[in-house]
Amino acid sequence: MIAPLAVMAVLLAAVAIIAPPGLPWRARRRAADALDDGDLPALEAEKEAKYREIRDAELDFRTGKLSREDHHALDRALRAEAIELLQRLDAARERETA
Amino acid sequence: MLTLGRACLILALAIAPFGIGASLYGVRARRPDWIAAGRRSVYAIFAVTSVAFAVLETAFLRSDFSFSVVASHSSTTTPLFYRATAMWSSQEGSLLLWVWLLSGWSSLILALTRRRLRAVAPYATAVLLGVGGFFLGLSVFMANPFKLLDPKPVEGVGLEPLLRHTSMMIHPPMLYSGYTLSIVPLAFAIGALWTRRLDADWLRAMRRFVGLAWLFLGFGILLGAHWSWTELGWGGYWAWDPVENAALMPWLTSTALLHSMMLQERRGMLKVWNVSLAIGTGILAILGTFLVRSGILQSIHAFGASTLGRPFLVFIAVLLIGSAALVITRLDGLRSEASLDSLLSREAVFLLNNLVLVGMCFVIFWGTFFPLISEAAGGQKLAVGPPWFDRYTVPLAIVLVLLSGIGPVIAWRRATLANARRNLLAPLLVAVAAAAVLAVVPGVATRPKALALFAAGAFVFAAVGQELWRGVRARRAMTGASAPAALVALFGRNRHRYGGYLVHAGIAVLLVGVAASSAFQHLHDVRLAPGGSARIGGYDVRYVGATSNLTSERLALGTILDVRKNGRHVATLRPTRDYYPTPGSGSGGAISRYFDGETESQIGLRSGAGHDLWIAVQPDVGSMQPMVAAIDKRFPHPGPREEALLLAAVAARYEIKPPPAAFRMIVAPLVTWIWFGGLIVVGGAAIALWPSPEQARRRVAALYAGRLGRELRGAQA
Repeated sequence: MIAPLAVMAVLLAAVAIIAPPGLPWRARRRAADALDDGDLPALEAEKEAKYREIRDAELDFRTGKLSREDHHALDRALRAEAIELLQRLDAARERETA
Repeated sequence: MLTLGRACLILALAIAPFGIGASLYGVRARRPDWIAAGRRSVYAIFAVTSVAFAVLETAFLRSDFSFSVVASHSSTTTPLFYRATAMWSSQEGSLLLWVWLLSGWSSLILALTRRRLRAVAPYATAVLLGVGGFFLGLSVFMANPFKLLDPKPVEGVGLEPLLRHTSMMIHPPMLYSGYTLSIVPLAFAIGALWTRRLDADWLRAMRRFVGLAWLFLGFGILLGAHWSWTELGWGGYWAWDPVENAALMPWLTSTALLHSMMLQERRGMLKVWNVSLAIGTGILAILGTFLVRSGILQSIHAFGASTLGRPFLVFIAVLLIGSAALVITRLDGLRSEASLDSLLSREAVFLLNNLVLVGMCFVIFWGTFFPLISEAAGGQKLAVGPPWFDRYTVPLAIVLVLLSGIGPVIAWRRATLANARRNLLAPLLVAVAAAAVLAVVPGVATRPKALALFAAGAFVFAAVGQELWRGVRARRAMTGASAPAALVALFGRNRHRYGGYLVHAGIAVLLVGVAASSAFQHLHDVRLAPGGSARIGGYDVRYVGATSNLTSERLALGTILDVRKNGRHVATLRPTRDYYPTPGSGSGGAISRYFDGETESQIGLRSGAGHDLWIAVQPDVGSMQPMVAAIDKRFPHPGPREEALLLAAVAARYEIKPPPAAFRMIVAPLVTWIWFGGLIVVGGAAIALWPSPEQARRRVAALYAGRLGRELRGAQA
C-alpha cells in the first residue's frame, strides 16, 4: 500500500518540478531576453577578456617578460582593440534602447 | 521499496524524452515556458534518481537481500562504511551513480547558466537529457538495480575484498564526477555548433566546469593510484591498465582544452580545435565508462564484465558521427579570427603543449585498444605492455614538463629573443646544475630518461619560483607591501595565472616522483622461514614471527618483520594476507573454503620523503592443508560458533608454528612526492577555479542593462 502512494508522490513531485503552478504556461511569447542574451553579455565578456589581456601585459612587463618597447607596442594595440570593443558595446546598448 | 526504486527509474527515463522534446519545441516555437520545462526536466530527473539512489543506499545499509544487487555485493558482515559505498562496486549501482551525478551536475550548471547562453542552452539541455536517457535506458532494461531476489537469501556474498579500501570507495564518485562533468562542455559545444554561436561565449561559460571535471578526474586517478600502491599486492601504482588509461585520456584532452580555450577567449583562435576537444573529452568520458562496464578489455579494474558493450558502442558512434558532421558543416563559422604573432609567444607554447597532450592521448588510445585493433586486423588479440607505453609517453612527458616551465616565463603575443633568453636563463642554469649534480649519483647517469625528467622538473620549479619572486617584487614596488602580503595579493588578484603555476609545479613534483620510483626501484621476491632475513635497498628485513586476526568475515594471517638499517632498528612492519571464504559451505569444507576464496593484501609500508619500503606477504598456507583437511573431515557441518572456534585453532596453530612465506619487497624512492605533487595540483587548481564575484556581477549587470533596453523599447512601441 505504501509503495503505490510513494510512487504517486514522486510522480506528483516530478510534475511540480517540471511545470510548477507559478510558471506562466500559456504565455506564448515572452520578452525576447528569455530566448536570447542579445549582444551585450558577450561583448561585456569580451571587454573583460581584453582588460585582462591589458593587465596581463602589464604584469608580463613588470615581471620582465616583455621589454619596455614591446610592452608599449602591445599595450597600444590592446588598448586600440579595447576601444573598438567599447564602441561596439555602446552601439549595442544604443540598439537595445532605440 | 523495490517497486519505488524501479518506478523512479522508469519515471526518470520517461522524463528524458519529454525534456528533449520540450527544449527543442520551446526553442523552435520561441516558447520560453517550454524551454524552462526542458531545463526543469533535468532537475526532475535529478530529484527522481535521488529517490532511487536513496532507496538503493538504504537497502545496502539495511542489508536487504531481496535486492539482488545487495545480495551479490554486500553482506551483514561487511563493515558499515563499505556497505554504504558497496553500491558502486556493482554494475547496476555504478550506472545509477553515473546518471545521478550527471543529472546533479547538469542541474547545477543549467541553473547557474540559466541567465546566459539562452540560445545555446536548450540544445545543450537536449544533449544532456539524451546522454542521461541513454544511461537510464541501460539501467531500466539491461542493468536494473531493483531486481527482486526470491527467495531472499539470509546472507549476501559480500563486497569484493580488493575494493575494501578507503580511497577506492571515494575513487569511483570522483572519477564519475569527472566523467559526468565532461559531458556538460560536450553538450554546450554541440549547442553552440547547432546554433552557430561559435564565439568564445560558450567556452568562457564552460571554463570553470572544464576545470572542475579536470580536477575530479585527476583526483580520482590519484586515488586509484594510491589504492593500487597500498592495496593491490603487485607493487605498483600505475600499470597502463585499460581502465586506468580510460580515465587518463579525457584528463589529457581536458588539460589541452584548459590551455587552448584561453587562445579562443583572447584571440578568437583555435575554434575548431576547441570545439573538437570539448566533444572529444566528453566522448572519451563515455568511452571510459564503457571500458569499465563492458569488460571488453582485460583489466584488473573491470569488475563489470557484461553485455553492455553493443549499446555503448552504438551510442558512442552516434555521438561521434553526429558531432563530426556538425563540426564539418560549421567550418565557415569556426575560422580563426587571428593568427600567431610569433613562434616565440605563450600562444605558441600552448599550441605545442596541446599537440603533445593530444599526441599522448593518441598513443594511450592506440595501446589501450591495440588488442581490439589487432584482432580486427589479423584475427589475433595482441596486447601491449607497460614498456610499450613507456617508450612513447616518457619522451612526451619530458617535453610536456619542459613546456610547463617555458609557458609561465614567456609573454603573450610576442617575446623577443633577448627577453626569452633573460627569462629562461636562470631556470635553464638550475636544470643543468640539477642534472650535473644528479648525474654523479651512482646509477642515475645510466637512466637518461629519468635524469632528463629530473632536470625538466628542476627547470619548472625554477621557472615558477622565478615568476613568484618577480611577481612579489613587482607588487611590492607598486604597493610597498611586505613580501607575504604581496604574495597573498598576487594570488588574490591573479588567481587563474598563479593557481595555474602551482598546478605546473605540482605536476612536476608528481612526475619527478614517478620517474624516481619507477627507474630506481629495488624489487626483491624472496621466500623466508621464520628467523630468516633478506636485504633490500640498504635495509635488513627479518621475519620474526606471525600474527593472525579473525573477524566475522575473514581470516587474516600476517607476519612481523623487524626492519633494520646499518644494524639499527628502524621499523616493525606487519604485512598481512586476508582470506575471505567462498560463499556457502563450498566443496572443500567449512574451513578450507577460507583458503579457496578471495584474498587481499595488507601492505607493510614505511613511507618517507626519501623513499618507501613496501612489503607484501603470501604465507605458504599449503603446509597447513593437512591440518585444515583433517578439521573439515572431523567437523563437516559446524555451526557458526564451532566454525569460529575451529578457525581460531587454525590461526593459533599458524602463530605458534608459522610456515615459510613468500615476500615481495620493494624500496622505491620518492613515491611520497607523487601524493604530495597531487595535493599541490589540487590546491593550485582550487585557487585557479575559485569564482570571481566581480566578474559574475558585471555579467549580470550587462544582462539586465540589455533587458532594460529591450523593455523600454517595448514600452515605447
